[in-house]
Amino acid sequence: MEDIRKILENKILVLDGAMGTMIQQYKFTEEDYRGEKFKDFHISVKGNNDMLSITQPKAIKEIHAKYLEAGADIIETNTFSSTTIAMADYEMEDFVYELNFQSAKIAKEIANEFTAKNPNKPRFVAGSIGPTNRTASMSPDVNDPGFRAVSFNDLRIAYKQQVEALIDGGVDVLLVETVFDTLNAKAALFAIEEVKDQRNIDIPIMLSGTITDASGRTLSGQTAEAFLISVAHIPLLTIGFNCALGAKQLTPHLEVLAKNSNLKISAHPNAGLPNAFGEYDESPEMMAAQIKEYLDKNLINIIGGCCGTTPAHIKAIADMVKDFKPRLVSEVNN
Amino acid sequence: MNKNEKYLRLSGLEPLVVTPESNFINVGERTNVAGSRKFLRLIKEEKYDEALAIARQQVEGGAQIIDINMDDGLLDGKVAMVRFMNLIAAEPDIARVPIMIDSSKWEIIEAGLQVAQGKCVVNSISLKEGEEQFIHHAKLIKRYGAAVVVMAFDEVGQADNYNRRIEICKRSYDILVNMVKFPPEDIIFDLNIFPVATGMDEHKRNAIDFIEATKWVRENLPYVSVSGGVSNVSFSFRGNDKVREAMHSVFLYYAIQAGMNIGIVNPTMLEVYDEIPKDLLEHVEDVILDRREDATERLLAFAETVVGAARENKVDLSWREKPLQERITHALVKGIDEFVVEDIEEARKLANKPIEVIEGNLMIGMNVVGDLFGSGKMFLPQVVKSARVMKRAVAYLLPYIEADKGEVSKANGKILLATVKGDVHDIGKNIVGVVLGCNNYDIVDLGVMVSPEKIIETAKAENVDVIGLSGLITPSLDEMAYLASEMERQNFTIPLLIGGATTSKAHTAVKIDTQYSNAVVHVHDASRAVTVVGDLLNNRINQKYIGDIKADYIKVREGFLNRSSSKEYVSLTEARENKFKIDWNSTEIQQPNFEGIQVYEDFDLSKLVDYIDWTPFFRTWELAGKYPAILNDKVVGKEATNLFTDAKLLLAKVLNENLLTAKAVFGIFPANSNVDDIEIYGDNKREIVTSTVRTLRQQLKKKEGTPSIALADFIAPKETNIEDHIGAFCVSTGFGTAELAAEFEKHHDDYNSIMIKALADRLAEAFAEYLHEKVRKEYWGYAVNEKYTNEDLIKESYKGIRPAPGYPACPDHLEKLTIWNLLSVKETIGVELTDSLAMWPAASVSGYYFANEQAKYFGVGKITMEQVEDFANRKKMEISEAKKWLNPNLAE
Repeated sequence: MEDIRKILENKILVLDGAMGTMIQQYKFTEEDYRGEKFKDFHISVKGNNDMLSITQPKAIKEIHAKYLEAGADIIETNTFSSTTIAMADYEMEDFVYELNFQSAKIAKEIANEFTAKNPNKPRFVAGSIGPTNRTASMSPDVNDPGFRAVSFNDLRIAYKQQVEALIDGGVDVLLVETVFDTLNAKAALFAIEEVKDQRNIDIPIMLSGTITDASGRTLSGQTAEAFLISVAHIPLLTIGFNCALGAKQLTPHLEVLAKNSNLKISAHPNAGLPNAFGEYDESPEMMAAQIKEYLDKNLINIIGGCCGTTPAHIKAIADMVKDFKPRLVSEVNN
Repeated sequence: MNKNEKYLRLSGLEPLVVTPESNFINVGERTNVAGSRKFLRLIKEEKYDEALAIARQQVEGGAQIIDINMDDGLLDGKVAMVRFMNLIAAEPDIARVPIMIDSSKWEIIEAGLQVAQGKCVVNSISLKEGEEQFIHHAKLIKRYGAAVVVMAFDEVGQADNYNRRIEICKRSYDILVNMVKFPPEDIIFDLNIFPVATGMDEHKRNAIDFIEATKWVRENLPYVSVSGGVSNVSFSFRGNDKVREAMHSVFLYYAIQAGMNIGIVNPTMLEVYDEIPKDLLEHVEDVILDRREDATERLLAFAETVVGAARENKVDLSWREKPLQERITHALVKGIDEFVVEDIEEARKLANKPIEVIEGNLMIGMNVVGDLFGSGKMFLPQVVKSARVMKRAVAYLLPYIEADKGEVSKANGKILLATVKGDVHDIGKNIVGVVLGCNNYDIVDLGVMVSPEKIIETAKAENVDVIGLSGLITPSLDEMAYLASEMERQNFTIPLLIGGATTSKAHTAVKIDTQYSNAVVHVHDASRAVTVVGDLLNNRINQKYIGDIKADYIKVREGFLNRSSSKEYVSLTEARENKFKIDWNSTEIQQPNFEGIQVYEDFDLSKLVDYIDWTPFFRTWELAGKYPAILNDKVVGKEATNLFTDAKLLLAKVLNENLLTAKAVFGIFPANSNVDDIEIYGDNKREIVTSTVRTLRQQLKKKEGTPSIALADFIAPKETNIEDHIGAFCVSTGFGTAELAAEFEKHHDDYNSIMIKALADRLAEAFAEYLHEKVRKEYWGYAVNEKYTNEDLIKESYKGIRPAPGYPACPDHLEKLTIWNLLSVKETIGVELTDSLAMWPAASVSGYYFANEQAKYFGVGKITMEQVEDFANRKKMEISEAKKWLNPNLAE
């Protein structure tokens, strides 16, 4: 199969949309979540979407297929929370390897089917690596700002397990995403470098931060440029932003990246801001119109969707980007 | 900045990119237990709050990186490093800069790297323990994402001469770049700064070897930086700060030229290179550059005399021995007016005509002042002092010139300056007048509260070349726009300058430039005025200059309009539903100890001195930095200290001779909120509404969970039946200011004329602070036990707020009228309101008191026409009238 790095030189690639939004539509019950394997599990597991790769693999595969059908070049594994740290909520730390391996396997199988049908449009699998639910550079306790609920080493070890399992399951790319605390991301990158070294492989890394408020900073307080500088020590396939406030609000931050970096740039914004009911109501057309601004400004190499986006959104985006050239980077001195 | 260039890029919460154009990067060193005994003690005693304050001072004082070192035998360095760095991460004003993790122990360095989200600098690694360990550490540093200081140190020892330095650096560089693939731009070499003038021959070349090695490293090892700890070089002269300061400056002067771009420098231990006395400079340069065999002996001998001179502390009058022109220039540059009459008289006797003294002697001196100011070597307060000398000299000469029937020399141009109608603030305008006056412009200063008719009429009668308008309060913006349209209507062609605290480039571009087809220029600060006026009146370039500015403003305008159109506003109903919610059942409502109105007729000013916030005082004089750190600032510290001394002197005079009168009136009243209004009751049954405060509510669309605040939200609503209260106040320390300023001006002393106004402003703010504390602790008594330092007060960390009409929480000036009625301000203490609702005297502060613990400062921001109409309705005024007053806050 063709190298994703080469394809990116000539083409904007489309990343898939939200997994959670699609899972909601199946209205799975506690029993559905448990499936056969966890039917006697000692605590409630409803809401642990990542485990559906084990208990409802058909549904997960179906969702992947819908995104591939819509035109996605890259699909993300259903592993956003598959680290020992994030799985602690469901006391499923022991199943982390299986969660990642199965998710990667399912995604790779369906991606391969689509590639076989149309070899001119090879499909890739990105192993989704979420931020976990803890922050390494902020205290959860307002009375003790020096306290940390998680250490760099805790994160590094957890990420290393996840990365190894994702690679074993067959992912083509690793996607460290929704970075709200750069220190968490640095621990993930550190772990990836360790695995790359130990296995002597060179797997591409996508890194995507999230800017959570109007002041233009990450949750942990960094500006977009400071974030970029803090992760520039690792060779990255792309850097970008996802989630957060919607496509329009992301534009200035993408521009900061474009201005200060030679890296390729990715974006997978939410379908606007959640409304009063927690739903995202930006239609595919509205979102595509916003994203057209990125394209007009020549900011993008990989584009997709985050919370609230559906195959219809991805189709609208994929149909549009066909006509645009990717962001080209001058390679002077680099 | 070019993203393709290999620049050293570091980050805290914000980026730090070191380019060839960057100034010397100063690393703060006070958070180092090895270098600061105080810091060590604080860490040992686990007084982390105070230790953090040291870090904060460093950043506020201008450190662009902070060095943290916890290497001490009695400390668990790893624990201390992690604890301190974690605490710093929680302080955005410190964490914005990158951290230099400084330790000789790898485990401490690694622990530090694991708690930093930004890109740090590791200080340091070296070949001391051999290549294997060097490579191992470098690889890990790269993986953690940090830059590194590499010491010129190898298995044999520390590099102490030129050849060893370049040999070790070359070897370290090759290993790092070729084997480890370490980015060369992330390498900082520390080439070891050793003492000179130790008396030992082998130390003679210590400084020059460092400098030459620096040059070699920067020329031969691409992209690296060079750093070092500068104070080492003068180690032999401990105890003689004068010599040490000169040595540091000379060393840096040459090292920076050679390519040293980062360093640990104590800014208080640094003399300005140009200011080092010639003889001392020569002796120090001989030592640093190893220029003479006997350099050390000569500097040692000379140092004795320097110590002696410093101890006697007498005024150096040697300049009085110099030739006449040099004496005049010296007096102007240094702002010394003691001998000016004597010198000018001497010059007058030598001249053919008295006018030649102005055109010759004085202009030569003022040109030097202008050049030094233009190149950043003199600061505003110095220039104003120079002007004082100049004015005194001219005043002395005028009778002779008139007797001679000579013409007064031709000025560069005539500038009309005025503070617009309704506004009384003139400090900035006066500074502009002085600075332009120094540059040989004739100034027609119409003073404050000048009507547009008078400005137009004077401009015509005096045939001025430029009009400059100043203003501080928001209604003045509309006055300026109006004047611009009048100039257009009456076919003016001369340029219009806009300045003052509320003015901005954006406002000028959007609202004023569009009114007048000739030049309109926003002058951001007084120092810019000279260049702007010079360019505008220079026939060769002014057409292009004006064209460029017009084009720039069109761009600003377009950008502004695009931006403003993208903002979303919510309806007033929606904003009200989303109000700031206080749980009135649980929040503490303190009944005040005092209700009614209280007046202070003649308050003792000396009680206010401790409450003065000095930082804005320095800002008035265009010296940037926070007090007290500014006094030690490496750029403006010396001038700030002089200015501060002068201010203290004048303040002492004011206090001793009772030159200013302080008055205040305040009141606490029963009140409840009613939607966006606050009703103030005349009776305890709360049936008679005597006054209503109309507050404005934020309408800019907020993210989920963030309230749309109005001040009314901080007072219990009527329907809760809770007996809440509101306070209001007006203080003034301005009585007497105008008379004093006039007196100073009569003696050609603009410096003190500006100074007294700046001081009065500070005293008024201090009075407001003082009174607020009294109210919190006694009259209202809701914070009986609070204990804050002055610094806390300035940071407004107390409970409850005192927002002022015209400021962000209540931008509408109209509510001043409500306060004036409520407290009978004019009748009780005599502070008046102008047409634009500015307070007169200018050094006055008025506002409300809100006591609720959840009350906080906020900005109303832009509001929509819907709220303006609602506001007009509530106030029973014409919509057009309300719109006029709220215009600055109206969304486009």
